[in-house]
Amino acid sequence: MNTLTASTENAYKKRKKRAWKEFKNQKYLYYMSIPFVLWVFVFQYLPLWGWTMSFQKYKPGLSFFEQKWVGLEHFRTLFRDDHFYQVLRNTLAMSFMGLIAGFIVPVVFALLLNEVRVQALKRFVQTVSYLPHFVSWVVAAGIVTKMLSTDGGVVNDILLGLNLIDQPIQFMAQGHLFWGIVTSADIWKETGWNAIIYLAAISGIGPELYEAARVDGASRLKQIWHITLPGIRPTMIVLLIMSIGHLLGTGFEKQFLLGNHLVIDYSEVLDLYALNYGLAMGRYSFGTAINIFNSLISLILLFAANGIFKRFTNESIM
Amino acid sequence: MGVVNRDAPVGRVKQSLQAKAPQDRILEVIVYLSMIVVTILTIYPFLNVLAISFNDSVDTVRGGITIWPRRFTLDNYSLIFTYESLITGFKISFLRTVIGTIAGLISGSMLAYTLARSDFQARKFISIFLAVTMYVTGGLIPGFILMRDLHLIDTFAVYIFPGLVSAFNVFVIRSFIDGLPYALQESAKLDGANDFTIYWRVILPLCKPALATVALFLAVGQWNSWFDTYLFNGSNESLTTLQYELMKILQSTTTSANNSQDAANMAERMTQISPESVKMAITIIVTVPILIVYPFLQKYFVKGMTLGAVKS
Repeated sequence: MNTLTASTENAYKKRKKRAWKEFKNQKYLYYMSIPFVLWVFVFQYLPLWGWTMSFQKYKPGLSFFEQKWVGLEHFRTLFRDDHFYQVLRNTLAMSFMGLIAGFIVPVVFALLLNEVRVQALKRFVQTVSYLPHFVSWVVAAGIVTKMLSTDGGVVNDILLGLNLIDQPIQFMAQGHLFWGIVTSADIWKETGWNAIIYLAAISGIGPELYEAARVDGASRLKQIWHITLPGIRPTMIVLLIMSIGHLLGTGFEKQFLLGNHLVIDYSEVLDLYALNYGLAMGRYSFGTAINIFNSLISLILLFAANGIFKRFTNESIM
Repeated sequence: MGVVNRDAPVGRVKQSLQAKAPQDRILEVIVYLSMIVVTILTIYPFLNVLAISFNDSVDTVRGGITIWPRRFTLDNYSLIFTYESLITGFKISFLRTVIGTIAGLISGSMLAYTLARSDFQARKFISIFLAVTMYVTGGLIPGFILMRDLHLIDTFAVYIFPGLVSAFNVFVIRSFIDGLPYALQESAKLDGANDFTIYWRVILPLCKPALATVALFLAVGQWNSWFDTYLFNGSNESLTTLQYELMKILQSTTTSANNSQDAANMAERMTQISPESVKMAITIIVTVPILIVYPFLQKYFVKGMTLGAVKS
């Protein structure tokens, strides 16, 4: 028995020694990674520590230990605020509209583009379709506003020219149009870019499948339905789960830039709410509570989506 | 007999092709029509903006400019160069793009190399540590408080520091390194090279396609961002970026209606009088640098996007 403990102890020592030797051998790898790990810790993880603010009556200038703790007071204020529910409605509405449109449109575009048999044309359309992705939201919002404007906006010009309307529509001044405008702007900007991955997935499908289908007399429409779509299904599911995870993190740039005081009842989203009613008013704790609420919902959605898809399709990202 | 067997399926295929032709022809029409629509929807707004930017600003008010200027002029562009804030903005945007891209490339590739080494002890921990940041973020206000506590507000560094290490970019480069033959590293190691030398001399030169992709992501991100300026440096005229200045100019009609106090601000007042054509000229100036670059990097970023999405 003594020898047994001795031998396990020996083995343990040996393993420890080997790990230490390995550690020393890999010192350059540690030099090359630890600084960046610390960097990520400071800039990405420390803000999470800032979440404690939401349970305090945070006053700038005081140290962490001098802050007054107030428990869930800020969350109670938040949930009692009627304005919050309006903002939450806007956030969810625009997120889900963006999610659904952003899922379907790029797939359809990739399928259509894949059917273009003239290679030069295919390349041209694809290059053109990336263009808006590289433009900032500041520029994109400017362009959208210009195209929808009442004096000289092309959309109103066309609608007037076709006699569909007799007065130009004030697109940017009507709240109930705002969600649709934001979603369309997003589609305009990102469809080509988001189709890249689907096109790559399509090109990975074996040509022998199409060959066999042709021999069996399947039309091109049938080939799309029975070969191409099932072929990119795993890609579609993974991207869908990822975008559900980012659902509420899709930002506020669009809403900030396209919105104005006339449509604020429809344009204000959680992050803007945190910006306007938290940061701008110096209510840091209250604003942080809004940010936390946003992050928690995102995480719950991510895990839920992942779990559901894992169960039904065996595809997951975790 | 062989002849009959060979002919039969071919005959059937021919027949079926002819039988299905109308359906496929409809598909063909839909495909090409939608390509035309997509192209027009994408390009027209840019051509329209371009035409207006070259059109006489007084004439523009009459409306009706499509894709060709009615009264050609370069005045809008020459006027822009008298805007002090835009010149500063251009300098700052250029600087942050160059510095941010180089710094991001070095940090991203170095970290990616260590994560691509399957024998690295901390590999798994660091990968997860990074991946978490793709889904969990502290949010706007904790981020703002952190920048204030680190005394980064009203500094140029606030454009570079927070985004220096991006998990997505690291994963893109790592998947590319994963695809390189390991034998190259082995032989360098036998020659007595340390891990840093292998990274610098062997891996980096081979990574050019992945680095080109990430450089494009970083450069576009840096050039296009305006919100960090708004949040951290908005009141510091010597540190504002081009996008932020454009944002102020484009939003000026709304803000002036929204908040009359803003009119007291000197910069605001200047921008409120910018005519449509001048606004469009600034838009073009801000957009053109990126539009010139991206088509040439297309083959790289298509590959990079695919790699990144598969791995992360």
